[in-house]
Amino acid sequence: MIYLQLFLSFLQIGALSFGGGYAAMPLIEAQIVTTHSWLTMTEFANLVTIAEMTPGPIAVNAATFVGTKIAGVPGALVATAGCILPACILVTLIAKLYLKYRNLSVLQSVLGSLRPAVVAMIASAGVTILLSAFWGGRTIVPAQTNYLMIGIFALSFLLLRKTKLNAIAVMVLAGVLNLLAGLCGIG
Amino acid sequence: MNRKHVLWKLFVSTLYLSAFTFGGGYVIVTLMKEKFVDELHWMEADEMLDLIAIAQSAPGAIAVNGAIVVGYKLAGLIGALVAIIATIIPPFVIISVISYFYELLRDNFIVSKLLAGMQAGVGAVIASVVWDMGGGVVKQKSAVSDFIMLAAFLAACVLRVNVVYIILACIAFGVLRTVLAKRRNAA
Repeated sequence: MIYLQLFLSFLQIGALSFGGGYAAMPLIEAQIVTTHSWLTMTEFANLVTIAEMTPGPIAVNAATFVGTKIAGVPGALVATAGCILPACILVTLIAKLYLKYRNLSVLQSVLGSLRPAVVAMIASAGVTILLSAFWGGRTIVPAQTNYLMIGIFALSFLLLRKTKLNAIAVMVLAGVLNLLAGLCGIG
Repeated sequence: MNRKHVLWKLFVSTLYLSAFTFGGGYVIVTLMKEKFVDELHWMEADEMLDLIAIAQSAPGAIAVNGAIVVGYKLAGLIGALVAIIATIIPPFVIISVISYFYELLRDNFIVSKLLAGMQAGVGAVIASVVWDMGGGVVKQKSAVSDFIMLAAFLAACVLRVNVVYIILACIAFGVLRTVLAKRRNAA
């Protein structure tokens, strides 16, 4: 029963992928390439590329991609449902407990320690994205600095701080600027 | 506020944010903070950080988990369900369509330039939010919070520690602080 297999497979991915995003990748690979041979390694690499150039979490993208390929739209629906079900249950439960008990002194202290760490982790994700935008990877290579990207970043940052433009408008503008520069033969 | 109005606004906002979330879960939680804290004033910045911590500590994609906690906080179980559906629709539709002709898209000049530029824009959005939230932490003038923020950043960005361990360490640290404070009071 292919639907059940898809569902159970993505249920495992959803239940075990702690840390989000790239932490889920090895799990997805193990399930869909190694265990079930639903995708070849090349198709899996394609999937990762698609996931990177489209919005949405990689696990959800993988569920849709594999589900469609194996069993059409119903397959995609079943796989996606399996993928998000564990989170739906667990996160709702934790959110309920948080809203009920957040005034307890222990929880206050735990949350007080977590908040600065969350800011730090968001910052870390931002650094990873900027390293990739400025130097094309995870390391700083001065010779390969993309000054156009640094300029677009600086302009976007200024627009966000000094004007009322919203985040998505600034993001789209950054994309359009890079496209225009490319059309003019820069970058 | 009218409940139907809240649900509708939640659905439209989440759908819109999810459609533009290139580059992983932290981007959508950053955009959610802009939307629900700064623009709509539906919750406090501290509360948003708590919800992000919850989204991270459970398994699954941060974007989906973030939608669940925010939806649950704003409108209970129905809110969580509405937010999940809105988060899933854009990647689901886009992947279903794109999987058929992605090679064309991957090699397309316009698409690749737009995506590359948007990466710099996303980096700027994250930098701006970190500027605000990090500034909030520093303003507390608590050496412990500053230390946690710095240590968590080094752990996540330089040492590449899985975020789940960082969260567990912060929880343990928070519990320890409460226990020590209680002992001091008792003595």
